[in-house]
Amino acid sequence: MADTALPTHGPRGPKPKRALSRTNIIVYGTLIVVSLYYLLPLWVMVMTSLKGMPEIRLGNIFAPPVEITFEPWARAWSGACTGINCDGLSRGFGNSVQILLPSLALSVAIASVNGYALANWKFKGSEVFFTILILGAFIPYQVMLYPMVIILRELGLYGNLWGLVLVHTVFGMPILTLLFRNYFAGMPEELFKAARVDGAGFWGIYFRIMLPMSLPIFVVAMILQVTGIWNDFLFGVIFTKPEIYPMTVQLNNIVNSVQGVKEYNVNMAATLLTGLVPLVIYFVSGKLFVRGIAAGAVKG
Amino acid sequence: MNMHAPSVRIRDLDLQFGDVKVLKSLSLDIRQGEFLVLLGSSGCGKSTLLNCIAGLLEVTDGQIFIQDQNVTWKEPSERGIGMVFQSYALYPQMTVEGNLSFGLKNARVPKAEIAARVARAAEILQIEPLLKRKPGALSGGQRQRVAIGRALVRDVDVFLFDEPLSNLDAKLRADLRVELKRLHQQLKNTMIYVTHDQVEAMTLADRIAIMRGGVIMQLGTPDEIYNRPQNRYVADFIGSPSMNFIDGRFDGETFVAGDLAIPMQGYRFSSESARAGQATIGIRPEHVVTGELVERAPVQTTVTVNLVEPTGPDTLVYADLAGGPLRIRMDGHAQVRAGDVLPIGFEPSRASLFDAETEERI
Repeated sequence: MADTALPTHGPRGPKPKRALSRTNIIVYGTLIVVSLYYLLPLWVMVMTSLKGMPEIRLGNIFAPPVEITFEPWARAWSGACTGINCDGLSRGFGNSVQILLPSLALSVAIASVNGYALANWKFKGSEVFFTILILGAFIPYQVMLYPMVIILRELGLYGNLWGLVLVHTVFGMPILTLLFRNYFAGMPEELFKAARVDGAGFWGIYFRIMLPMSLPIFVVAMILQVTGIWNDFLFGVIFTKPEIYPMTVQLNNIVNSVQGVKEYNVNMAATLLTGLVPLVIYFVSGKLFVRGIAAGAVKG
Repeated sequence: MNMHAPSVRIRDLDLQFGDVKVLKSLSLDIRQGEFLVLLGSSGCGKSTLLNCIAGLLEVTDGQIFIQDQNVTWKEPSERGIGMVFQSYALYPQMTVEGNLSFGLKNARVPKAEIAARVARAAEILQIEPLLKRKPGALSGGQRQRVAIGRALVRDVDVFLFDEPLSNLDAKLRADLRVELKRLHQQLKNTMIYVTHDQVEAMTLADRIAIMRGGVIMQLGTPDEIYNRPQNRYVADFIGSPSMNFIDGRFDGETFVAGDLAIPMQGYRFSSESARAGQATIGIRPEHVVTGELVERAPVQTTVTVNLVEPTGPDTLVYADLAGGPLRIRMDGHAQVRAGDVLPIGFEPSRASLFDAETEERI
């Protein structure tokens, strides 16, 4: 028998892996160093925002607060002064929400229908139309500021919250349409054909077949728009007026005010408050975001 | 309605994508209750033709009639067709019941009627226990049944199948093939079925249309296609292993290739005046006889075996004849080895003779 000649001991089953191999040390070491590098500013911000001004003046920016105080946060939210009024960021937060929600709904709704039409209902010139739309994504915003101001003035929307909503919707269109078109183009064509044989029309197929299948891409579009619109400063400062300034513009006015003492703790708290919304969105929907980006990216 | 009128008529259909002509002036009549298979290799235009009949592709020229109605400009849902796709194309977010009733809801059929039709289709296809499930929780065979059910509930005149069994494994494909045939016998609808699998075509079809380059090469019953192929392309395409071809000369009575002379007595010529000239004779591997049967065959010769391929039920033998390769299909029990000298025989009446130039049947 051949079997008897084989040794019964020796390697068997999966090969054991060492936890502290050289590769692991390099990989995890790099990761830890890089994360520290990126987390350090956040640490400084959070610590500073929890200190009182006397403690900040000592200059130990990395040290945790001796005496924790939430007063800077409260002041940042409802007491800090921006030019004429002193009611903190709360007003800007309200404005930003009022700008964000309609812009988000409008841009995602229009772009998804655009993408669906361009992917599934090819019409004469649809490719040309798509190319023009995509070109829009490569033109820097600054170039279009002046024409946009004139357009808004003619429409009677200049300095109006809805004017800014319109601007955000228009500028979000190229990249969102591309995103949706690619996602819908990646869906099996036979599904679309089957729905047509079943007598569903343009809207029927969109609402009953395509929409329920495209949650990931909607989440991606939503995240892109929420962060984009929330973080926008340029459009906010140009197309609105002080009473309806979004949160980012107000934050700038608080941090860059030149009168009186620089309240570093209030500034840090205000900055953290402003960045909170996109941060929460990322944490809540990070997984879907990655999945949607991957799905939309495959087919062009 | 005239029961003798064709169920589907296609008149001079042209389809162009840019400069590429996919269908060329194609005409076809499909009878009531007929099971027609469109067969061809990929890129021959068979799926395109089906999509045109369904209304999913706009035709460049020509007309399509379904049940005596010109449907050339009609929407797919208005044509009285149901379609089954290769990838099933079930709506993933709906239950099986939702999938079956989607088309009926779009057509605003009353609720009670929908329930009745879904129940009937589910019973015919034996998918009643699956009605509440979603497509993701079904096996490939079950999904394809649901896809057939979706066409069934719509109570249409014509069923269109676009390679419905190609995504299934071999065993399931054979099972569903039999079921499809049974379904056709039961429903007696007109069915148009696209496939590249010639076994499916031969077993299911009342008539087969073999397509190549947007043109129908031959339209006939499986028997005609197999035994009397109209041209060399069809002869070569149908049958596995494929037909043996021997090039030579035909003088009006005898086919001569090298030192092999085959008198064509008993051969049914396609025209009265058989043309003489360069020709090719086609003999199917299963029509070459061996053993005791050789003595009764009108043409007899011997060949040397090169290679033997046992497949189980049959054994495939490779040899040379008149300067070309010859495949012979023998019984699985045959004891042959490479190097053996094998007496063989065949019947000229079962062979096919083609003009070497036009490749048409003589």
